[in-house]
Amino acid sequence: MRFSGLRILKEGLTGNKGWTPHWRDPEPKSEYDILIIGGGGHGLATAYYLAKEHGLSNIAVLEKGYIGGGNVGRNTTIVRANYNMPGNSEFYSHSLKLWEGLEEDLNYNVMHSQRGIINLFHSDGQRDYAVRRANSMINQGDDAIVLDRAGVKKMLPYLDYDNARFPVYGGLYHPRGGTARHDAVAWGFARGADSRGVDLLQNCEVTGIDIEGGKVIGVQTSRGPIKAKKVGIVVAGRSGQVAARAGMRLPIESHILQAFVTEGLKPCIDHVVTFGMGHFYISQSDKGGLVFGGDLDFYASYAARGNLPMAEHVMEAGMALMPMIGKARVLRSWGGIMDMSPDGSPIIDRTHIEGLYLNCGWCYGGFKAVPGSGNVFAHLMATDRYHDNATKFRLDRFRDGYGLMDEEGTGSQHNLH
Amino acid sequence: MRITCPICGERDSREFSYRGADVALHRPDPEAGEAAWDDYVHLRDNPAGETRDMWYHEGGCGAWIVVTRNTVTHEVIGSELAAEVAR
Ligand SMILES: Cc1cc2nc3c(=O)[nH]c(=O)nc-3n(C[C@H](O)[C@H](O)[C@H](O)COP(=O)(O)OP(=O)(O)OC[C@H]3O[C@@H](n4cnc5c(N)ncnc54)[C@H](O)[C@@H]3O)c2cc1C
Ligand SMILES: [Zn+2]
Repeated sequence: MRFSGLRILKEGLTGNKGWTPHWRDPEPKSEYDILIIGGGGHGLATAYYLAKEHGLSNIAVLEKGYIGGGNVGRNTTIVRANYNMPGNSEFYSHSLKLWEGLEEDLNYNVMHSQRGIINLFHSDGQRDYAVRRANSMINQGDDAIVLDRAGVKKMLPYLDYDNARFPVYGGLYHPRGGTARHDAVAWGFARGADSRGVDLLQNCEVTGIDIEGGKVIGVQTSRGPIKAKKVGIVVAGRSGQVAARAGMRLPIESHILQAFVTEGLKPCIDHVVTFGMGHFYISQSDKGGLVFGGDLDFYASYAARGNLPMAEHVMEAGMALMPMIGKARVLRSWGGIMDMSPDGSPIIDRTHIEGLYLNCGWCYGGFKAVPGSGNVFAHLMATDRYHDNATKFRLDRFRDGYGLMDEEGTGSQHNLH
Repeated sequence: MRITCPICGERDSREFSYRGADVALHRPDPEAGEAAWDDYVHLRDNPAGETRDMWYHEGGCGAWIVVTRNTVTHEVIGSELAAEVAR
């Protein structure tokens, strides 16, 4: 079933009776060439690109819950390519380019909206860093504009510019940054993979990974054993637990990140605005809700819900930056389980077990990476070589200390990012 | 989530800062080698369920404590002074 404007018109006039399910609900086969554990954004995108770019189709995605029930459906949907360090920079640039062609590629409206991101700064030192980061972005071929205070004021007239602690000095503006509809991204990739022959197996929890003579031979699941030649672990916050099934310990600690949404309002915030010093960022969804969040709760957790101190902190930071939001009523808050790596950058690599691959460590920033990560991980799984834009996400960089990507410069240790 | 300090009793979690898993109490010998240090600094059991981690009672008595808690329910089960655990 192809989507088009004409089709919507026709369905609208004929009672919307012609729409069909976006993907099949198949029974597991006893054997596949490739298994992807985890039906989040990254797992679905991996399956999609394996089928699309590497001509493979005997693939299954194993999802313990339902498609889109993990972080891919819980995030605040910011999509950007404003990273600073080699390794990350070329990767996120690659991912943003895939985003820009994604809707046509998937024939699916993921509501990708390049409304621009502004990262505020509040001191001369921070301005210097913004200029340096802007230069890295431009060198990478992406877009960046450093705005002074007047420039920000023109775009964001509603901020409190004279906050005593953090007066606004200016902002790093990334016009191609923006947001997308998170669920639609999961559904679009799921539909794209399914239509290329990938089996999406929901309610199928992986409970064991079978290894023989140092080689992966299949997995145990809640829907029975399944054999495979290659297996990819793409389970975000659950990475440590699934890798433990293969006897591995990972450099990952699972933390909680909360987010909040208000009642629907008339359009008032046109961009994505980040207030790093206050640990606060905000955008407005197409439904009108103000979507905002802050930092981690900062303790290991699998609860997928946070505690009140961070909720209070985020509200306070929001009020400090844009007092007008005090009038909006918060409707909902929720949390997601973040796979935090020591240096804050991801891992996309082989493991010491032949045929077993690992994709994790996305921390709080993996939504923007969905197309890029699926694309380069599919390349790695299909060819056994790193993709040119993803050569530095090695699993062993922590052990040997070579090639750490600590964007924030806070140190390569847990609980610092 | 409220945290019980063995000295001060049950307190608001904002009084504490978090260090991470209690591996911090098992620092390897400086010459123990790369694998032991990788284990200590980076690799984690990261359990979903009961865990033991280190908290510092910054806004209270200043003690380091080892808290036993559940990472799925946020229940705080017990706590001990790190100085006693390490002994
Ligand atoms: C509140 C919040 C805000 C965020 N904001 C942003 C943002 O603005 N921009 C951004 O770029 N990123 C953001 N992120 C991060 C982003 O959401 C994640 O990094 C990304 O979604 C993780 O990859 P995923 O989509 O594959 O994960 P998930 O959707 O979590 O997928 C993993 C899947 O694996 C499944 N699974 C787990 N264990 C098993 C098993 N044993 N067997 C089978 N399946 C299993 C899970 O059920 C889950 O569906 C945010 C996250 C949160 C929580
Ligand atoms: Zn105390």
